Amino acid sequence: MSIFINDGTTVIVQGITGRDGSFHAKQMMEYGTKIVAGVTPGKGGQKFENTVPIFNTVADAVAATGANTSVIYVPPVYAADAMLEAADAGVKLIVAITEGVPVLDMTRVYPFVQERGARLIGPNCPGLITPGQSKVGIIPGRICTPGNIGVVSRSGTLTYEVVYQLTRAGLGQSTCVGIGGDPINGTNFIDCLAAFEADPDTKAVAMMGEIGGMDEQDAAAFIKSKMSKPVVGFIAGQTAPPGRRMGHAGAIISGSAGTAAEKIAAFEAAGVGVAKRPVDFVPLLRERMQ
Amino acid sequence: MNIHEYQAKQLLRNEGVPIPPGEVASTPAEAESIAAQYGGTVVVKAQVHAGGRGKAGGVKLAKSPTEARDVASKILGMQIKGLTVQKVLITPAADITSEAYVGIILDRASKKPVFMVSPAGGIDIEEVAAKTPDKILKLPIDTRYGLQPYQASRLGFFLFDDIKKVRPAARIMQQLYAAFMKNGCSLAEINPLVTTPASDVLALDAKMVIDDNELDRNPELAALRDESAEAPSEVQARAANLTFIKLDGNVGCVVNGAGLAMATMDLVKYYGGEPANFLDIGGSSNPEKVVNALKIITADPSVKAILFNIFGGITRTDDVANGIVTATSQSPLTVPIVIRLTGTNEEIAVKILQEHGFSASSDMDDAVQRAVALAKGGKAA
Repeated sequence: MSIFINDGTTVIVQGITGRDGSFHAKQMMEYGTKIVAGVTPGKGGQKFENTVPIFNTVADAVAATGANTSVIYVPPVYAADAMLEAADAGVKLIVAITEGVPVLDMTRVYPFVQERGARLIGPNCPGLITPGQSKVGIIPGRICTPGNIGVVSRSGTLTYEVVYQLTRAGLGQSTCVGIGGDPINGTNFIDCLAAFEADPDTKAVAMMGEIGGMDEQDAAAFIKSKMSKPVVGFIAGQTAPPGRRMGHAGAIISGSAGTAAEKIAAFEAAGVGVAKRPVDFVPLLRERMQ
Repeated sequence: MNIHEYQAKQLLRNEGVPIPPGEVASTPAEAESIAAQYGGTVVVKAQVHAGGRGKAGGVKLAKSPTEARDVASKILGMQIKGLTVQKVLITPAADITSEAYVGIILDRASKKPVFMVSPAGGIDIEEVAAKTPDKILKLPIDTRYGLQPYQASRLGFFLFDDIKKVRPAARIMQQLYAAFMKNGCSLAEINPLVTTPASDVLALDAKMVIDDNELDRNPELAALRDESAEAPSEVQARAANLTFIKLDGNVGCVVNGAGLAMATMDLVKYYGGEPANFLDIGGSSNPEKVVNALKIITADPSVKAILFNIFGGITRTDDVANGIVTATSQSPLTVPIVIRLTGTNEEIAVKILQEHGFSASSDMDDAVQRAVALAKGGKAA
């Protein structure tokens, strides 16, 4: 079992003929993801890699293939439109990889997607993977292995680092979700934690947060009141100076709010195991799963 | 991206917000002639990307042009939170009967711009929020509909009782919202919004932060960036498409990905060192980026050891290895380097590095500990 994606997930790639879209479409196909269509306006009727039909619009792609998921690799200024188009076409899971989407665009996209009953993951995220079944996005497949640890993170490479350590230690993953580093994103920690709590094959959760915002503090309160499964957390940015944007648009300490210390204290108060270093995840998860 | 007060005021004036005149001076003589032109008492205000400039002595009254020159000569060149003041804004002093706060922030929780207004203006709004939260009205705005007239009016009535002040205040709310949306802001505030003895409602100070993601589609906003107000290394990094932030330590860090870069800095601190910088070379690697990253880091005299931490996913570690070899053959390193890389094409990368006399580790903790020891002048364990 898993959350959000599995071997029944059928995927449209928006921006399939672009540099990033084509590269990752191939990677996903090699991993075994069911890529059923691509969308590039003006290239409808062509085929990607001689197999995947390309459509001019997401609506056409959905009508022809019945795809339930879309992954977006279009440039930042077109990304909001791509998300709206996917939601309007009835896609139920929209994964936006694009980095650099203007945040005000997301203030229009988020309520629209909600009203259409779709789930948005990202933007500015690595996507998600259910090892052995499906990967939607850019997480390297070979660092993952099937198992029962749920992984959720605001980061890309830091997630890979931790997942790789889990895999080497024999701790496989149910699903790994990168929710992205932007201040306004479609899916937050609580959404993922709730899904992991409900997933019978997830036994424990590893979560990687970072400075900025209140998402980790809210997650801690949720864990304390609603979760029975053990959670181990890490917060990146303990040495980050206030007021500076640390790469991710959302990784910024505003005034005195959103510091690593504040988030770690919230974890501790909620009984979340606190990994002081990425390497601490494996022993802490083992200890708590016994 | 932070912009200066005088720039923010111009963006607000463009929407019609009533703001007293003001001009920027970069020398005491300019300050004097601007003050002479206004006559009477003026305020001399440091233009610097740091809060708390008033407390730091960066805002002063001057009763005459001569005094304006003297005050400007003290403020220009002053250090406020590590930043040198290069410009001052000269503006006529206003008679004030009340001070209010009006701001819009992009709120992560509601995923909307949120108006925050308070009749207790002129001071730090965080302080008001902490001590007297009932003096703040928060109003989230659905950007699909924009700020409605009834909402603007409600905000105005929270600040004033007199309809003669509420109406202009409501108009200012609309103008501030228009400036916020048009300029892709993550924050726009007027603090204080004042009333005068003649019952005028005016904006005396303004602050705006522009979302960096807006700059590509809006070159006019990008042109507002004042590179003289930033660390030169950060300007150089931006030109090379790298995300770089200068810090106070001595371990120079080169990492791929923002989360891993922060975690690497934290690990340096965990093992008793201090990171010299945050540097993210980004997802898709090319050797040129690594060359530029090394140039920026080695230019910092406080760097005593360099630490590479690369997790190859999309980033190919052999690209990074080639970048290190190219950079160091162009200008040999004068400080020790510790390289940790793992993931995509790791075997090729290690071979390239070994052929050129470098060693590489695949363990992050081990590499960080060695870099910290080397920066302290010790030998790598």
